[in-house]
Amino acid sequence: MDLWYSEFHTKNVKLSIKVSSELLSEQSRYQHIAVFDSPEFGRFLTLDGVMMLTEKDEFIYHEMITHVPMSVNPDIKTVLVIGAGDGGVLRELNKYKTIEKIDLVEIDERVIEVCKQYLPQTACGFSNPAANVIIGDGIKFLRNKENEYDLIIVDSTDPSGPGEVLFSKEFYGNCYNALTEHGIMVNQHESPFYANDADAMIRAHKKISKTFEVSKVYQAHIPTYPSGHWLFGFASKGLHPTRDIKEEYWNSLDLETKYYTTRLHKGSFCLPKYVEEMLKENE
Amino acid sequence: MNQNKAPIYEALEQLKQNKTVPFDVPGHKRGKGNPELTAFLGEKCLSVDVNSMKQLDNLCHPVSVIKEAEELAAEAFGAAHAFFMVGGTTSAVQAMILSTVKKDEKIILPRNVHQSVINCLVISGAIPVYVNPQTSNRLGIALGMSMSEVARSIAQNPDAKAILVNNPTYYGICSNLKGIVELAHKHGMKVLVDEAHGTHFYFGENMPITAMKAGADMASVSMHKSGGSLTQSSVLLCGKDMNADYVRKIINLTQTTSGSYLLLSSLDISRRNLALNGVEIFKKVEEFATYAREEINGFGGYYAFSKELINGDSIYDFDSTKLSINTYEIGLAGIEVYDILRDEYDIQIEFGDLTNILAYISVGDIMKNLERLISSLGEIKRLYKKDKSRLLNSQYINPIVEMSPQKAFFADKISKPLDKCVGEISCEFVICYPPGIPVLAPGEKITKDIVEYIKYSIDKGCVITGPEAMDISRLNVLKGEKR
Repeated sequence: MDLWYSEFHTKNVKLSIKVSSELLSEQSRYQHIAVFDSPEFGRFLTLDGVMMLTEKDEFIYHEMITHVPMSVNPDIKTVLVIGAGDGGVLRELNKYKTIEKIDLVEIDERVIEVCKQYLPQTACGFSNPAANVIIGDGIKFLRNKENEYDLIIVDSTDPSGPGEVLFSKEFYGNCYNALTEHGIMVNQHESPFYANDADAMIRAHKKISKTFEVSKVYQAHIPTYPSGHWLFGFASKGLHPTRDIKEEYWNSLDLETKYYTTRLHKGSFCLPKYVEEMLKENE
Repeated sequence: MNQNKAPIYEALEQLKQNKTVPFDVPGHKRGKGNPELTAFLGEKCLSVDVNSMKQLDNLCHPVSVIKEAEELAAEAFGAAHAFFMVGGTTSAVQAMILSTVKKDEKIILPRNVHQSVINCLVISGAIPVYVNPQTSNRLGIALGMSMSEVARSIAQNPDAKAILVNNPTYYGICSNLKGIVELAHKHGMKVLVDEAHGTHFYFGENMPITAMKAGADMASVSMHKSGGSLTQSSVLLCGKDMNADYVRKIINLTQTTSGSYLLLSSLDISRRNLALNGVEIFKKVEEFATYAREEINGFGGYYAFSKELINGDSIYDFDSTKLSINTYEIGLAGIEVYDILRDEYDIQIEFGDLTNILAYISVGDIMKNLERLISSLGEIKRLYKKDKSRLLNSQYINPIVEMSPQKAFFADKISKPLDKCVGEISCEFVICYPPGIPVLAPGEKITKDIVEYIKYSIDKGCVITGPEAMDISRLNVLKGEKR
């Protein structure tokens, strides 16, 4: 049998992964959820036919969305995670014993249940008793929060699905308001390469840079995402992602990572020229 | 009758099956003659953009499928007769007035009527008698008609032929329709209801009373607003004491003889949908609006108002599917919030006036968009809140009617700069839009207050229409001695 998972990265480009079996395919209240096994990438999760994570490369995304802000402000005590129903962000956050409280708001309960059943590699993150899981809409949860979180991680899907709200100006404003004085917001920031992704990336950057005092973008290489070149946003009320990094302290924690290093951290903010220009034009 | 039927829709489906060769208008011949338009609107759409013919009946003289569709609509709305209208609710309002009030006869009406009503007075030559509307200082809007004011107007103008009621208002405020109908009928006056914003009252549960139920003689219903039909389609309803054949003659005076089957079929299909699913649809809309009100009122500052305003008279009932929000306490004019929502948050709402906004909620809404609207309002309060003393408390300006709108509209006139117009009689409309309530109508005296109000509205970014001078720097006033 010759079974393949294919995903269109643009109208004219697709990525295909050989599948050994389909483990789950269901329509939840919000989106289509599927889990597959594959010889090359191990188990992987898709939402609305878009790749979310594979066992083989998820470490890149989860380390980069978590350790970058954590090394800039190791004093982070309270964290809000929006989305991230796979548990990967929690798994990384659990490495910091100094964090006192984590709220995770995921709109689709089924994503969490499915990941707990099929993707223990990331769902193990839910084992932390400090993590408080809330099923609901992130924007609604944040609406009346003020000065409550040191870090907000926005681990959203693309702006076309249920994640659309998480790319709105009002949502970023709500995040700003919910952050403490030294607060940082990190978000999944789409890709600069293909036109549609770049458009979403630019619009997000425009809104974030209007909302926050500091708004920078950094990159990582994620093989299963369109073009493999993926961006994250780092926004704060003052902390600078490379000037304020507590390199020595972070290294003294001796945390286990596979992708993230403080050297890479600094390099990841050095962007290709065309990306720099795209961002600059929209600040 | 069987509300599952949709005769116009069914006849159009049948026509498609028949593959009749068209040697009649429209010249695009089912879209083939205009490929660009067909690509844009879709082949299905163009294939039913057809002319009246035997199997499709004729809107001007309905005898088959249109007649049947109108009868089904009449039953669904609880009316003696229903007319499908293709010239917007404006055409329905005009038909109501032209059917009941002749030149130089009086019609009693509130000032917060739609522009179409006063436009019709220019056409008909009727004399308006404005009922002093109750206003809410807190909200800065005109309310419903109070019974005592209606009674006074009737007593002072026993020769009036009809009373027009605006029910509900744009904001969702309802008058004591039943009380007004009883009083008017006792004095031999017809009751006309501009029910443009009340289609759903006929189909939802626990809604304010409908015009037909209250015994009104005619009602204009904008099916294209809460009813879901295409823009410009509307329904005119008649009570049992109206001569429907005479009303049809009046409608035909100004109605196109090429009624669009796109509009007609949209009325037919929407009526069926509302008759079959209306209860469920409007329950959902009300839930959306109620949820949004709770969240928005939770911010403080904003006031999303609802049934708590009911006072037994000028706010006899309230349409809780409406999301009307007062912005006075956050120091922003409604029109300012309206602009910020559009420019900064990519959210288009229905309108903003001096102290309120209205977000139109319908069955087409989804929760995540509602959450965005709510959060945006929270952000606007946080980022833009100002001192409320900067706002003009919008007040009701009592019109001083010096002559009939028709007479002034067509009279000899001269143009004067706005500031020089105080004391003159206006020959044109000045309408702050939206919500489209006249500040001045032809035949009315221009006062200092009115000039100030116009300037303030321009300053706040309202769109002002009516005068020949599009920038409202000048007005046309009655030529001759200053009165």
